[in-house]
Amino acid sequence: MIQLSHIEKTYDSPSGPVKALKGIDLTIERGEIFGIIGLSGAGKSTLIRCINMLERPTAGKVIVDGQDMTAMSEKELRKARKNIGMIFQHFNLLSSATVYDNIAFPLRLSHTPEAEIKKKVLPLLELVGLADKAHQYPSQLSGGQKQRVGIARALASEPKVLLCDEATSALDPQTTRSILELIQDINRKLSLTVVVITHEMQVIKDICDKVAVIENGVIAEQGTVLEVFTNPQKPITKDFISVLLSNELPAAFRGGEVSKTPLPGAYLLLRLTFIGESADDPVLAGMIRKFPEIEVTMLFGNLDQIKSTPFGRMIIGITGPEAKIQEALQYLRQQDLKEEVIGYVRRHDSTSD
Amino acid sequence: MSADMIPLLTKALGETVYMVVVSMVIATIIGVPLGVLLHTTSKGQILESLAVNRIVGAIVNAVRSIPFIILLVAIIPFTRLLVGSAIGTTAAMVPLVIAAIPFIGRQVETSLKEVPFGLVEAAQSMGATPAQIIWKVLLPESMSSIVAQLTTVIISLVGESAMAGAVGGGGLGDLAIRYGYQRFRPEIMLATVVILIVLVQLVQFVGNTLAKRLDKR
Repeated sequence: MIQLSHIEKTYDSPSGPVKALKGIDLTIERGEIFGIIGLSGAGKSTLIRCINMLERPTAGKVIVDGQDMTAMSEKELRKARKNIGMIFQHFNLLSSATVYDNIAFPLRLSHTPEAEIKKKVLPLLELVGLADKAHQYPSQLSGGQKQRVGIARALASEPKVLLCDEATSALDPQTTRSILELIQDINRKLSLTVVVITHEMQVIKDICDKVAVIENGVIAEQGTVLEVFTNPQKPITKDFISVLLSNELPAAFRGGEVSKTPLPGAYLLLRLTFIGESADDPVLAGMIRKFPEIEVTMLFGNLDQIKSTPFGRMIIGITGPEAKIQEALQYLRQQDLKEEVIGYVRRHDSTSD
Repeated sequence: MSADMIPLLTKALGETVYMVVVSMVIATIIGVPLGVLLHTTSKGQILESLAVNRIVGAIVNAVRSIPFIILLVAIIPFTRLLVGSAIGTTAAMVPLVIAAIPFIGRQVETSLKEVPFGLVEAAQSMGATPAQIIWKVLLPESMSSIVAQLTTVIISLVGESAMAGAVGGGGLGDLAIRYGYQRFRPEIMLATVVILIVLVQLVQFVGNTLAKRLDKR
């Protein structure tokens, strides 16, 4: 649906040219929710604006729905943009127009007859749950309601793509959740392709199918959200994920020496990740039954969801005869889960835990 | 109060209102597009053209730097060309309009600058043409502010119209100078001042009310 190849964007600044994007390649499939995450200044806002040419890339090609946006004249571009809805962090509603008129705005731009506008705006008001606010002004609405108007307005011209530029960054967590649910809802109902720009991993985890991590104007890493979450490669990705998923050892083990070889009195610490169906399997119970000689201590555990896939994480410590520990490890490796050996660590005597 | 005062004052008030209203209408018709031009051709805006912006900006600044009383006499040949005479109320309106146009241009530019660029960007993302952005985004969104700014221009026109007496333009200022000052009739001077105060208060009140009603922010 959207194909970006070798996108570069250079800005002129008083201190010389600044490269905001340094060769971005991305493919976004029809109907998916694609997340682009990065810190502020990473270039993600510039990147999303390159998709609808609000920013013209210095080099590279942007193809949306089979059309080369970079080769278009201003006139063709205006027409193509009606296929690409966009919502913004600060909503960007007309303060001088009512909710109804804001949603009608893109239709009036293309000279749609008023009767037809009404037929389109009323169902949109229903869809975003603002049917009773049609004649209010944006200043009378809450942030979440303003973003709902923004979404309805973006959908008015029946686009195939929805670009979300930090659409929930100005909202509180509950409102964020309801807006994300709405975005997911319209993605399913209208089989809309959605591109989400954010600095919050939570947004990616809640609604995205795929994610690209952008850092200093390049894609650091990309893949399905599940892949990236369970097997992050780059430090930046690990940083983003660590905000949501604690990767730290329990306090009693922190700061101690981590040995690759067995130490007397040490625990072998393992980090286990269960994805999807396997999250329900009684793997640990099975291991304990099979190897009664070992002792398993659960040090950390949590069960979460990535979009709709269950996702469990656990840190366990195993003690016992070394041979049995190795057998148990073998056993785990045969199971449908991902295990990562942290190492042998002694529990330090800290009463503060 | 002498008997001739009332007709004198009524006539002068009528002349002032006529000069201000007509000059204001003409100056607005030219000044608002000038303001739009100044704003939209500036850096990063929808019709960015720095050359146009600098040239127009320089002309605006040049006209605004001429004191009104000098402008009034300096353009007499132009006035004569335009309205056939350099004296009288209609002739006085030419310098009034010329002084008001760049003033309105700058005021409107200031108002348009207050419209967040995000709104322009949103309209662009929906495929709006520059003309649509001007008519459907910039002007409606800044209407309240433009009205407030135009109110200021009207009030300064009331003041400037008083100087139009210098070219026989009539009006309250002219009356105050000729009767109040030159013929030693302080009561006429006082009366014109009171009328001007009331007039300005009224303009400001109407302007504020209208601006407030238009402001939905």
